[in-house]
Amino acid sequence: MSKQHVSTTINGDEVEFLCEPHQSLLEVLRDELGLTGTKEGCATGDCGACSVMIDGRLVCSCLMLGVEAQGVEVTTIEGIAGADGLHVIQQKYLEHAALQCGICTPGFIVATKALLDRNPDPDETTIRYWLAGNLCRCTGYDKIVRAVQDAAQNLAYEA
Amino acid sequence: MGAYAYRAPTNVEEALSTLAAEAAAGNRAQMLAGGTDVMVQMRSIDKGPRTFVDVKHVAEANELHIGDDEVFIGAGIASAVLNENDELKRILPGLIESADLIGSTQIQGRATIGGNLCNSSPAGDTIPALIACGAVCVIASPGGNREVPTEDFVTGVGTNVLESTEFLIGLRIPRPKGRSSDAYLRFIPRTEMDIAVCGAGVALTLDDAGICMAAKVSIGAVAITALVVPDAAAALVGTAVDDEALAAAADASSALAKPITDKRGTVEYRRKVVGVLTKRAGAIARDRALAL
Repeated sequence: MSKQHVSTTINGDEVEFLCEPHQSLLEVLRDELGLTGTKEGCATGDCGACSVMIDGRLVCSCLMLGVEAQGVEVTTIEGIAGADGLHVIQQKYLEHAALQCGICTPGFIVATKALLDRNPDPDETTIRYWLAGNLCRCTGYDKIVRAVQDAAQNLAYEA
Repeated sequence: MGAYAYRAPTNVEEALSTLAAEAAAGNRAQMLAGGTDVMVQMRSIDKGPRTFVDVKHVAEANELHIGDDEVFIGAGIASAVLNENDELKRILPGLIESADLIGSTQIQGRATIGGNLCNSSPAGDTIPALIACGAVCVIASPGGNREVPTEDFVTGVGTNVLESTEFLIGLRIPRPKGRSSDAYLRFIPRTEMDIAVCGAGVALTLDDAGICMAAKVSIGAVAITALVVPDAAAALVGTAVDDEALAAAADASSALAKPITDKRGTVEYRRKVVGVLTKRAGAIARDRALAL
């Protein structure tokens, strides 16, 4: 089967690519487009390391075909930081040492962005449930929750 | 040796002709909704080539309609979209909570009720909830649409009534009237994101005095398909859905269950717990109806 042509928007840029019909969006991002910030953990939708936003909605890019990206807006970890430096969420993950090995971190940051875009003032329970699809085997999650709370406060202050 | 392909028809007619053409060419076609089961199966137990036919661009499968008499939920609508619809949550709280129980935020962003039903797992959480609220499957078929009650849709583990040239457009659910509500509970050994040990859905209607006029009970993960429990419903009708009636409904569910022993639980355990869930879901549905 020949490759299929897909037109999409990734982090605000119009992008065209060719992919096999069965390739996941994760494989396309990493292997075809060189956007290796999105990580592969389990490739079965359990760990959240490959989290991206599709039209603002958080999804696992391993559970989506690349061809399904036709006509949508994809946001990956590469689209989170601004031209003038790290996003507040990224800065707070650093300040709170909310990462150790870092493999889960891009997924956590994209998931956090999706949460705070929707709910600027989430309580701890909301944060923990929202992020329950992102697994971290290093931090024990507390530092991540503190980073998200601090980022939310900062974003509210800036707004 | 076939190959993988992907099609994104935009209406029912186009989708049916795509399925017919694939069948005529001897290709395997597979409908794709959220993909959260299909993608995992494609990498593990079912790697064969196929043509994916994406239901998410089929206009009729993207309709969400809340009418005076009926609710229609298209097969392509993600669970997160349903859960963000306050009116739907108020009208069919049990059905929406059954969908909301499935998977993480990421899974919710893609997974659909229609996909959960078509995956036809014995433990699919939305299936007992759909059965309890009287959902009817609207199936696109070469001869025109046909309708199948949800309890008759799943035929075995991973199998259902759909022919290779048919697909599920969506679910038609009678809008609950008056003091009617529903509830779904499942048991898992952790707080979320696990496969049901067993589950129970209850929908009921109370009269002005709080007496149950109609009820439907369905249980999941305790047989090869979700089961309707007529004796449990009969135990509730004509009562105030009090402890005695709920205990009788629980006994009826336990008696009808035909569970297996596996890593999630034993026959005895599942039989017991599915009764407890029936009782508790019945009490929640009753309290919701009383609050209307």
